[in-house]
Amino acid sequence: MAFPFPDEVLEHVFSFLHSDRDRNAVSLVCKSWYEIDRWSRRRVFVGNCYAVSPRAVLRRFPEVRSIEIKGKPHFADFDLVPEGWGGYFFPWTASMAVSYPWLEEIRLKRMVVTDACLELIAKSFKNFKVLVLSSCEGFSTDGLAAIAANCRNLRELDLRESEVEDSSGHWLSHFPDTYTSLESLNISCLLSEVSFSALERLVGRCPRLRSLRLNRGVPLDRIASLLRRTPQLVELGTGAYSADLTPDVFSSLSGAFSGLKELRSLSGFWDVVPAYLPAVYSVCSGITTLNLSYATIQSTDLIKLVCECHNLQKLWVLDYIEDSGLEAVAASCKELRELRVFPSGPFEAEPNVALTEQGLVSVSEGCPKLESVLYFCRRMSNAALCTIACNRPNFTRFRLCIIEPRKPDYLTLQPLDVGFGAIVKHCKGLRRLSLSGLLTDRVFELIGTHAKKLEMLSIAFAGESDLGLHHVLSGCESLRKLEIRDCPFGDKALIANAEKLETMRSLWMSSCSVSFGACRLLGQRMPRLNVEVIDESGERPETRPESCPVEKLYVYRSVAGPRLDMPDYVWSMENESSVPI
Amino acid sequence: MLSRDVADDAELELGLGLSIGGRTKHGSSREYGRILTAQDFPSLVSKAIINSNNVASVSGTKRAAAEPASQEGGGDDSPTSASQIVGWPPIRSYRMNSLSNQAKAPHSMEGKRTVSKKDELNHTPEGNRLYDRKTSGAVKEAQNLGFVKVSVDGIPIGRKVDLNAHTSYETLAHALVNMFFRSMNPIGDGEKELVNRPSKLLDGLSAFVLTYEDKEGDWMLVGDVPWGMFLSSVKRLRIMRTSEAGGLAMRSQEINWNQMERRNPI
Repeated sequence: MAFPFPDEVLEHVFSFLHSDRDRNAVSLVCKSWYEIDRWSRRRVFVGNCYAVSPRAVLRRFPEVRSIEIKGKPHFADFDLVPEGWGGYFFPWTASMAVSYPWLEEIRLKRMVVTDACLELIAKSFKNFKVLVLSSCEGFSTDGLAAIAANCRNLRELDLRESEVEDSSGHWLSHFPDTYTSLESLNISCLLSEVSFSALERLVGRCPRLRSLRLNRGVPLDRIASLLRRTPQLVELGTGAYSADLTPDVFSSLSGAFSGLKELRSLSGFWDVVPAYLPAVYSVCSGITTLNLSYATIQSTDLIKLVCECHNLQKLWVLDYIEDSGLEAVAASCKELRELRVFPSGPFEAEPNVALTEQGLVSVSEGCPKLESVLYFCRRMSNAALCTIACNRPNFTRFRLCIIEPRKPDYLTLQPLDVGFGAIVKHCKGLRRLSLSGLLTDRVFELIGTHAKKLEMLSIAFAGESDLGLHHVLSGCESLRKLEIRDCPFGDKALIANAEKLETMRSLWMSSCSVSFGACRLLGQRMPRLNVEVIDESGERPETRPESCPVEKLYVYRSVAGPRLDMPDYVWSMENESSVPI
Repeated sequence: MLSRDVADDAELELGLGLSIGGRTKHGSSREYGRILTAQDFPSLVSKAIINSNNVASVSGTKRAAAEPASQEGGGDDSPTSASQIVGWPPIRSYRMNSLSNQAKAPHSMEGKRTVSKKDELNHTPEGNRLYDRKTSGAVKEAQNLGFVKVSVDGIPIGRKVDLNAHTSYETLAHALVNMFFRSMNPIGDGEKELVNRPSKLLDGLSAFVLTYEDKEGDWMLVGDVPWGMFLSSVKRLRIMRTSEAGGLAMRSQEINWNQMERRNPI
């Protein structure tokens, strides 16, 4: 029976579906819907670059305009993944250069991007508009120069937190004088100075520039002249926020800031001289995002600034803010949705600031919309966690890092099972959770029982036995990413829940008690899982006895089979005799 | 379908039990896997606190002072190495670089730190040491400090070392020898020599020599210039076999003889 609607109509209907999940569901209805979706899919997200081959993506979705890919596991951020592990973007660039001539957007996270990739991008995609490289590495300012010189329609260049080799500060000058389409530029991660005059000229000729995040090298006393050319800025990242204190510089800066009527986001603030902070007061009432996580200023100055921002929704700050500062935040920032408090002295034996669990309790009480928290502190209690959970059942992301591993409740010296249990019981929408402190298998039982919406779980120095891991794998229905380090979890739970691993994106386990034998078993039994062991001892896999514990294990589902670019220290636990196709 | 049968062992007992493998103490068999540890970070704690730390609690918060990192015997179980945990607390290195670069006063040419961190965290209302720093100079220097990559001929995996943690070539050499040459996998001759006297890495007379790439992209022998100048120009390090260092090593030996009297190692 012929379907009554012409394809174009269906395609139009599908264009209203924005989530990949919905589009994936639609593609399963019937063959013709599969085909229509396939040809009209413009945006693809690949959560793990090794889960699928570039060729397979290009074959199924021939008309993609925007691609987002993630590479290394999250724990690579903390140096747990050795160099040369993988995550290379080049195979994707090479394939897309041929098959996606109209590609407009590339967004990458934790991938290795070389200058060759950037040069290929610059040459191959005539309508290229957006390049976001988040926590990437492997390229230099030469690659950026190629992008600048060739991408006439570039709108967005965002290098957030990437590691860039600085060959020269002159890559900015490679933007031709005729180039005026820049809307967003984030160079905050660049270590060397960029040519200020090139920056000024660039900024001056791009009328649609709304986001500008400078690097530390841009001096404060020259920012005013930049800001006067960009009154339409919505997001600003300053450079070093310090200069010799003169009334002229101050008033010039103040004046420039007061002209930024659209400003909603402020960041940067390295090397802050507190006396200059009042220069931004005029924009504070409009600010919704404030990143002071590099600002090593004391509580009083922080409080003065933050309490001007009544519409603040997102605050990142160092623990210099202290409990008293967070109390002030709780009183002034009623729109707060996300709070991150980073430690200023993470390796100190003794606390260097007066920040405790009380700060988190205060904001959980005072900020009704708070839903996302990352909090580093030195002590916690079950009582506080219970209070926090009851105050804020709307948490979607709760990441708590008690700096000393295995630290118990400081009041009762008990494990923190009950406290975290309260979090998962009350916060029914919790999607991401990071645990710390002293924890037994009990907390995992509670997580398995209650955290039904949990998608990502990070565990460190916790648990007592395989039972803990078993609770999580068997109970958390929505679990997609699980990362574990230094826990006594071993083979039994892993083998018993092998099928679960195919429903997840990935599992990372390092310094646990998983044996080679179990990894081999897993690899052999589950052909659609890539089971990779990382072993830096320099020995060969054949010499490893079955009972020997593995250093690091990374398991992820894949339709691409074992990857071909593994370094010597990554061993694939597939069937030894099988040959990858 | 993988059901409850676990071929190697009896059925899963859902009671409390020990896991297979027997690795219960974290920190064991850690040495060769070490990339970044608390030891690599700038010392923010006075020696007095270090010495009074109890060993019983296993903690990532204990810090080693910025002194030679050598441990006699190279064992895994010495108290200081047990308390240095890779990647903990989970903070990204760029963030830590940024913190450590701002906490200190600008380096003098001799590399001495003039203001201790404890002073700067004085909580008196007027006490903010960062107020009157010569900021532009500090910013320039600060940008080049922090973690640099180190590679070693013959060892496939590179590491990063925090130059902030060192005040002289000696301590840097010690740290690098510990990082690379105390592992289980020997890479050739000359190691024993270095393990016994790490500073031999600097004199161009042992099997390995320490070199660095400067801002202009040239590879130089480490040790030729004053420490402060080195810090402001180093981009990355490489430990080469002296046989391959060729002209580099010989030139340095010449300079060594000439500068022997003039050079101040600290």
